[in-house]
Amino acid sequence: MLTVNNINVYYGNIHAIKGISFDVNDGEIVTLIGANGAGKSTILKTISGLLRARTGDILFEGQDIHATAPHKIVGLGLAHVPEGRRVFARMTVEENLEMGAFTQPTGSVDDSLANVYERFPRLKERRRQVAGTLSGGEQQMLAMGRALMSRPKLLMLDEPSMGLAPILVQQIFNIILELHEHGTTILLVEQNARMALSIATRGYVLETGNIVLQGTGQELLESPAVKKAYLGG
Amino acid sequence: MSVFSTILRQIINGLQSGSIYALVALGYSMVYGIIMLLNFAHGDIIMVGAYIAWLCMARFALNPVLAILFAIIGCVLLGVSIEKVAYKPLRNSPRISLLITAIGISFLLENAAQMIFGAGAQVIPPFFTVPSPSIGSVEIPGTAIVTIAVTALSMVALTLLIQKTKMGKAMRAVSEDTGAAQLMGININRTISFTFAIGSALAGIGSVLYCTAYPQATATMGSMLGLKAFVAAVLGGIGSIPGAMIGGFAIGLAEALVSAVGLSVWKDGVVFAILIIVLLVKPTGILGRSMTEKV
Repeated sequence: MLTVNNINVYYGNIHAIKGISFDVNDGEIVTLIGANGAGKSTILKTISGLLRARTGDILFEGQDIHATAPHKIVGLGLAHVPEGRRVFARMTVEENLEMGAFTQPTGSVDDSLANVYERFPRLKERRRQVAGTLSGGEQQMLAMGRALMSRPKLLMLDEPSMGLAPILVQQIFNIILELHEHGTTILLVEQNARMALSIATRGYVLETGNIVLQGTGQELLESPAVKKAYLGG
Repeated sequence: MSVFSTILRQIINGLQSGSIYALVALGYSMVYGIIMLLNFAHGDIIMVGAYIAWLCMARFALNPVLAILFAIIGCVLLGVSIEKVAYKPLRNSPRISLLITAIGISFLLENAAQMIFGAGAQVIPPFFTVPSPSIGSVEIPGTAIVTIAVTALSMVALTLLIQKTKMGKAMRAVSEDTGAAQLMGININRTISFTFAIGSALAGIGSVLYCTAYPQATATMGSMLGLKAFVAAVLGGIGSIPGAMIGGFAIGLAEALVSAVGLSVWKDGVVFAILIIVLLVKPTGILGRSMTEKV
């Protein structure tokens, strides 16, 4: 579904992503794990077009998207839930969701809204509320619901558990699994490596812009190197 | 003349000029909200609108309705073109470069107008004549009534556009978080162009209304008007749309009251004193938000 082929990304003179290649197949949950600054978020931003790779290709369903404008990439079926949720704090919950459906035909918006409200009943309760007044967990749900409004084939999630209480983290991961069961392919970036690997089909370990390890979720969970560096020994 | 009728007359004057400040201030605030630019060329768009109206009316003797329409359309095209040519290439540059460019565009427009139309004022024939009703002994100028009514209608239309339409919501989304808006599939360039178009259309309306009160076009007419509208936008809280409306009327009324007490020489000075006080006491303005954002 998604093939990232030897991309190099720079911030000015800083070489942030050093020739990384990986792929995500239809129906998988693929996770990228690694420490702060390893380049995980940079990779997602490059895929969704917010950043540009200096060299390399990104193929989504066979189509090269490395030079496609970000607002067009969403329409192809690739949604990105950014780090820190980035909901529109001064707009209502429902307006946020409507923005998620920006590329969709007007007639389908009500259907998508009903779907999202069914999955996140809390958002329905708060639909008229301004998004900035939601709790962190609710904002994460809103960010995910907003991305689902574009009916993505591939959903990219950047640190969905960040800053949430353990019980909420569990809830968010359950939702990810549910979405996956309903046929959405997932690319998940996480610092919470244990949680991410436990639900992932496959995973890649990043260190300072390079992929240093890859394997199935189970393999990585059991790998001594991963245990030592990311799972606390 | 009684004190009451003096006050009434000045309030009407204040609302009339305040309407125009408000319309122009909206353009400042909307553009600032979306690309964090103080578009100092915005006032000069009014001047171009006035010259278009003059050309249509005095030179080509067109129907006043057409003249008004052409003036507004001309302002929209000019505003959108300025953004495309001058500001868009600098979108990722430091904001000071944008600001300097805006001041440069302002000088360019003023000097170009002076070169083409000369330094003297061009008199614009009246667009229409409206009756001026009286309240007691006070005659209320018809142009004041039209100005206030058109401004109120424009504000209602703008509010509906921003609150209810897809494009209006996209504008709000882009002004909150450009990156996140792109991830929604919102075309940033189109949204910014649209914002300039709306802001310039309001300036065009303001230009026509201004010409009903002061029917002449000069090359520098937009600079003081633009500056006062900028003060109105800052007073209301730059970036805030209701703030620009309130700020515009507040500045208009403040000017009128200063004139009412016989200090009309101080009219301009008071406006800038207000700017200094706002910047000292409450830099975010009446309805502005503080810049610190929760992460």
